[in-house]
Amino acid sequence: MQAWFGEVAEKFEAAFITGDRWKLYLEGLGVTLQISVFAAIVGVLIGTVVAFMKLSVRKNGKKTVWAVMADIYIDVIRGTPSVLQLMIIWFILLADAKNGVAVAVLSFGINSGAYVAEIIRAGILAVDKGQMEAGRSLGLSNAQTMIYVIIPQAVKNVLPPMGNEFIVLLKETAIVGYVSLTDLTRAANQIASRTYEAFMPLIGAAVIYFIVIKILTILLGVLERRLRRSDNR
Amino acid sequence: MIIVKDLHKTFGDNQVLRGVDYHVHPGEKIVIVGPSGSGKSTFLRCLNLLERPTKGEIWFDGINITAAGTNIDKVREHMGMVFQHFNLFNNLTIQKNITLAPVKLKLMGEEEAAENALSLLARVGLKDKADAYPAQLSGGQKQRVAIVRSLAMNPRVMLFDEPTSALDPEMVGEVLEVMKGLADSGMTMVVVTHEMGFAREVGTKVVFMDEGIIMEENTPKEFFTNPKSARLQEFLSKVL
Repeated sequence: MQAWFGEVAEKFEAAFITGDRWKLYLEGLGVTLQISVFAAIVGVLIGTVVAFMKLSVRKNGKKTVWAVMADIYIDVIRGTPSVLQLMIIWFILLADAKNGVAVAVLSFGINSGAYVAEIIRAGILAVDKGQMEAGRSLGLSNAQTMIYVIIPQAVKNVLPPMGNEFIVLLKETAIVGYVSLTDLTRAANQIASRTYEAFMPLIGAAVIYFIVIKILTILLGVLERRLRRSDNR
Repeated sequence: MIIVKDLHKTFGDNQVLRGVDYHVHPGEKIVIVGPSGSGKSTFLRCLNLLERPTKGEIWFDGINITAAGTNIDKVREHMGMVFQHFNLFNNLTIQKNITLAPVKLKLMGEEEAAENALSLLARVGLKDKADAYPAQLSGGQKQRVAIVRSLAMNPRVMLFDEPTSALDPEMVGEVLEVMKGLADSGMTMVVVTHEMGFAREVGTKVVFMDEGIIMEENTPKEFFTNPKSARLQEFLSKVL
């Protein structure tokens, strides 16, 4: 029994303490968070624009050129693996770029934008169409009704799936190891190959992801409750 | 005030309106009745172009609002509309529901609009609900607020699209009461409803629509006591 404990302690020390290895996890986590947060911002910006492009209709009810472009973008992004998208941008389109993290941010942002666009579009469509009619009947323009009535309600609708999308994105960034960026997952993997012991580093990384996402989930819950204030009966 | 000429509306293959002509004069209270699917709601929604007519013209105070290039937002400022499902803005308090349009359209300052909203709310007995959200109100209260929201724009005509059809029976009265008060104040009104009592009591004209056309129109007294067409006689025998 004692021997077992001793062995575990040794492995723990090798995985986290020897040579200040815990710093490698933290640095990796830093890269993971940087990419996730900035990619999420890029994704929301792209997604918002694309959602409105897709919602645009011509007077005769047919699709606009914008809507068709949005469709193509969403189809291409959703129809190909994100690892491939990352590798294509990294090794082909932006092969000469100096800042690897920025390239990853762009790649994940473009990827996330397609999903965010659909989330936002669904959120807007879920607002009862009577809300728009009421706004228009009072003389407000389409844009004014959107800004003051529809979008505030849509934000509440999209918050849960947006939180979900961000969590997916955060974990998805683990694929940056494919293009030699050292995020949390790759840091753990590197330590594992250095200590010839996979258990501690991999489980350690998993626990860190879990804790970060758990904190995020709690914060999203608080935000959601606050936004639901006008629904209280 | 409102002149409708040869109005047609089709949804796909469905011909909902098949040539409606009508003239609403200032101060009139037109009550439109008819079986469901007769096109009466569509007709009403065409008047402020929530539905685009397929064919025909609508004139409002001397302006052809169906003409290309008409600023429909400007026209709608003068035409209030009350919906079956209230359509209060769920994200805004009652007071903000009322002040949003006048303030954003720069017809009133923030303060003036707020004062106006409170005095209008007082008129329908809901001043204490100014800071509540729509979800906290009963159906009847919501509809009274919806009427007030339209009135805050000082409209020249008010359109009502089955304003009591979504209400619990015990709340119908309070809404009709507000509408009666509005009628007495001289407002021009076009009302689609199933409330025959209201038609008889408040209407200056009652219109019977069926199969996309106006079948019969008369003063309430004549309309109910002396219906001419067989379709109206049949309709009245079912609803009275």
